[in-house]
Amino acid sequence: MALIELENITKTYFLGEIDVPVLKGITLNIGQGEYVALMGASGSGKSTLMNILGCLDRPTDGNYLFEGEELGRASGDRRAMIRNQKIGFVFQSFNLLARTSALENVIMPLAYTAGKLSHAERRRRGEAALEQVGLADRMHHHPSQLSGGQQQRVAIARALINHPPVLFADEPTGNLDTKTSFEVMEMFSNLNAAGITVILVTHSDEIASYAKRQIRVKDGLVIDDGGAK
Amino acid sequence: MSLWNTIIVALIALKRNPTRALLTTLGIMIGIAAVITMMEIGRGSSNSIRNSIEKMGANSVMIMPGWVRVGGVSQGASSRVSLLPADAEAIGRECPSVAYYSPLVRANGNQVIFGASNWVPNRIIGVSPDYLKITNWVVDEGRCFNERELEHRASVCLVGATVVRELFDGMSPIDCEIRIRNTTFRVIGVLKSKGSSMNGNDEDDTIIAPWTTVRMRLTGLRSGTATSTTSTAASRPGELYPGTGVALYPEQDSTLASDKLLVPRFTYIDQIVFSAVSPEKVQQAVREAALVLRERHNLKPDEDDDFRIFNSAEFMAMLSSTSTIMTNLLLIVALISLIVGGVGIMNIMLVSVTERTREIGLRMAVGARSSDILKQFLVEAIVLCLVGGIIGIIMGHGAALMVETYLKWPIESSPGAVAAAFGVSVAVGIVFGFYPAYKASKLDPIDALRYE
Repeated sequence: MALIELENITKTYFLGEIDVPVLKGITLNIGQGEYVALMGASGSGKSTLMNILGCLDRPTDGNYLFEGEELGRASGDRRAMIRNQKIGFVFQSFNLLARTSALENVIMPLAYTAGKLSHAERRRRGEAALEQVGLADRMHHHPSQLSGGQQQRVAIARALINHPPVLFADEPTGNLDTKTSFEVMEMFSNLNAAGITVILVTHSDEIASYAKRQIRVKDGLVIDDGGAK
Repeated sequence: MSLWNTIIVALIALKRNPTRALLTTLGIMIGIAAVITMMEIGRGSSNSIRNSIEKMGANSVMIMPGWVRVGGVSQGASSRVSLLPADAEAIGRECPSVAYYSPLVRANGNQVIFGASNWVPNRIIGVSPDYLKITNWVVDEGRCFNERELEHRASVCLVGATVVRELFDGMSPIDCEIRIRNTTFRVIGVLKSKGSSMNGNDEDDTIIAPWTTVRMRLTGLRSGTATSTTSTAASRPGELYPGTGVALYPEQDSTLASDKLLVPRFTYIDQIVFSAVSPEKVQQAVREAALVLRERHNLKPDEDDDFRIFNSAEFMAMLSSTSTIMTNLLLIVALISLIVGGVGIMNIMLVSVTERTREIGLRMAVGARSSDILKQFLVEAIVLCLVGGIIGIIMGHGAALMVETYLKWPIESSPGAVAAAFGVSVAVGIVFGFYPAYKASKLDPIDALRYE
């Protein structure tokens, strides 16, 4: 069984009188441990696809099975739980809380974790996650005191705090220079090697080349699935 | 997310912008401070009003004889002679809520002569020594008469400040002898000045003597009653020329007289005065006294009282209600300022939600449910209000203390008001924090994440 199964997913935005179909029927399987790049030009629908995959958006039609569970029509609370436990997000603009230390940023998702964790346990996990991304010495720095690459690593540590099986990254290197981009992509490769499924969204061939499987999206349809099995 | 964690998160969020948090909650702070100050000053002043009423003898009660009808014509208040000294004693003995009692007889309207001066005091009354305790009156100079003098109908008296001024021209009247009618009284004490009474009479224009003396030596029986035997009646103008007077009322015939049992007795008294053990017990004391008197007067259950009881409880209630009304009015004003403060909270919370749209989107993306977001912003508003409330309570109490120190107004701190202030702060936070929090919880995570 694949980790993620998409079956004829469509998404249409209803803007007043005109309907804007963004996804026109996408069928896709992603297995555990894959390293996938979703590629496409602006407006191709790749971001919408990722939002649906990441349980941030609901498909208009079609089935979305995550670990065999239908999530497209699941309750909001169930989807929030999945986002908290099973999915890690890394954004282009990092999305760190300003005036909040790196450690506080990293352990923020734990506040929404159902199981009770003591404050000390949270800190311990946060510190471990920051060590994993090589920021053990920057724990109490605020985002404004960190470089772009460091901020993105804090964001990755935050995404990993609940040990999710899947990591989504939306243009993770979009705001970074070449050198730090390389470092961040190395990190994704290492995480993938450790068994985490990584799904990247990018329009850059160079970034996509880190992935083992490239899926090209155009006009709401998958036009090329490089590593399809 | 547990409540404690939510509170911590809210405090952290507020700490990120302390100046704004403080300015936002200023409205609540001032509102709560106003409420607390008002409550403390209000309670203080109604307490002091109560104290001064008590000093005026507010828990004193008067019992007057009832009225009588002669041939269908009412003779007016106190026209009946029904109260005996023994009634007063029985009230003192049998009513647990009665602290002190005294019979009272009046000899008003008599001229008082000292040397070459004369004066007609407002009141000449005969009482027992306990009367001073009932009315909270103090002897300024000299002493009060004692039980022995009362028993022996001693010709001694106490005089009020006005009498001293008018009759003695300021010199000490102690041991001076004054004459009222045919009796010479020795002044043994001067009453402390009390000023005017609640209804405007000069309380100091008074001479107080043992009631036995006044009854036996001055008045005989009361004048003005149907059974009066005083010789002054003969000098009424209408009777100077016998036969010319018009009979205004039908003569009381023997049947009526026996029916009403108006047998004059030498020891009838005009009033009984007593005080309750505490202001709260006044009504109970009145009930007990009425019961004792009805029993002593052999009144059947369907018969009306042959006496009337007056107390100043109503007057006191009126005075304290005046101050309560003032306090409540000011409280309403303070509550309005709290509402204004609440609107300020709502305004800033809405700004905060807009400002932190991306944060909300992020929190949702990492697993916050709508209810978590709602809770977070609601708790933030409540914490904001509570912080303001606590500062307000401290400020309000400080302001009340300053009023006490500099304006010398009485204040009284009230734990109830503090508890209410807490409650109101939380309520304001909930009421005015809900809409912004609800708005935040309904944000779409994708839009929120993209929000610039």
